[in-house]
Amino acid sequence: MIRAFLFLIAFTLPAMAQEGVSVDVIPPGGTAPDVQSLDRSATGGAPTLADIMARQQAQREGQDQPVLNDASRAADTGGIGLPITDDLGTLGGASDPELWRGIRFNSIPITTQQRGPAATVLIQDGGMTWLKWRAGPLRIWGGILLLVTLALLALFFVIRGRIRIEGPRTGRTLLRFKTYERFGHWLTAGSFIALAITGLLVLFGRIAFIPLFGAEGWAPVAIASKWVHNNISWAFMIGLVMIFFMWVLQNIPNKDDLIWLARGGGIFGKGHVPARKFNAGQKIIFWIVILGGASLSVSGLSMLFPFELPMFASTFGLLNDWGLPQLVGLGPLPIDLTPQEEMQYSQIWHGIVAFGMTAVIFAHIYLGSVGMEGAYDAMGKGEVEEQWAVEHHSIWAEKIMAERDRPGNAPAE
Amino acid sequence: MKTMFAAFASALLIAVIAQVAYDNAGFSSAERQAASSVRLN
Repeated sequence: MIRAFLFLIAFTLPAMAQEGVSVDVIPPGGTAPDVQSLDRSATGGAPTLADIMARQQAQREGQDQPVLNDASRAADTGGIGLPITDDLGTLGGASDPELWRGIRFNSIPITTQQRGPAATVLIQDGGMTWLKWRAGPLRIWGGILLLVTLALLALFFVIRGRIRIEGPRTGRTLLRFKTYERFGHWLTAGSFIALAITGLLVLFGRIAFIPLFGAEGWAPVAIASKWVHNNISWAFMIGLVMIFFMWVLQNIPNKDDLIWLARGGGIFGKGHVPARKFNAGQKIIFWIVILGGASLSVSGLSMLFPFELPMFASTFGLLNDWGLPQLVGLGPLPIDLTPQEEMQYSQIWHGIVAFGMTAVIFAHIYLGSVGMEGAYDAMGKGEVEEQWAVEHHSIWAEKIMAERDRPGNAPAE
Repeated sequence: MKTMFAAFASALLIAVIAQVAYDNAGFSSAERQAASSVRLN
């Protein structure tokens, strides 16, 4: 736990340090001028003092450049222009700026003998936005999420301690998970841990690994991480399908879950809350793993087969139609995406969901190991102490014991 | 524990099979992004 904590600190601090740089040139409280409506006639169109002030203001707010609304530029690309046989110059009816805006916003027809779907995108306008997101908020907030989760689990362990089996041990065990169920669990778990470690390496390697071990040290780690991440993903997807079909019926919410949630799962205080094979907390984790894992799989497949599975333009279109972005104060989401932008959205979404799932899995690993006495046996051996089952899954335990003790059934011992 | 290690070994085996499948699936950059007329091999 301590090693993992230090490891994540080493990952996150450089990213924080990078983002913490700011330029404090003009007094706080100054108003940023609108750079698009500046009068530059005095300088013949060259940058003015107001341009410099706007840039400084933007830097104070943590940006490299003032945020510009490119909508008018994107709409004013001049079209193809008149033929050059007309008296308009070498570009026909289009000016240089119009041509470059057309290239930048991918709005003029470009033909090439290359077959690739991204071959006609000469300038990828969304690239820097993606790069800043990946190097900034994704690393910082993702790293903070994992560190805070670990800190909260450590705090919980200090306050609550290990959840012990309260009653006397019976020496008898109940079969909790069959071999194929444990196989499916460990296939998913083992591949997820490998994916999480290699995913963190890929995201943080440049800022955390290279300063410590150098570029030559990082290269084989990066290659190995890519190989593992691309290939073990299939084991994760197979495991995900297995656990879905094995446990979906037992994870459908019912009225017992409301009681369990209302009493906080009995984590604090005396007594235990009745539960079936899976309590409400386990059901929440199950559905987070299934839905989050499915989302990770789809966005991962989109990156695994570049440009073959674009999905964000259509998803954004649906969200716009439902009015969801507008509901939270955003404008309509972009629906005219270049192939590269589709990939970039997949990567950002993949990272966000992966961080969220990793935080949840930290809690799952904690409760299944050091957090609760007897819990590991369920997945380690498949059989649990009868007293543990009665305390934590009383409804399920009573049913299993009634079946076992029914006349005609062989005793478990 | 045996089941756990068997699952881990299976994950690795699936990864190796996946790599072989990628190599034979025709999804390399060369095969997807360029016509045969522009490749020298």
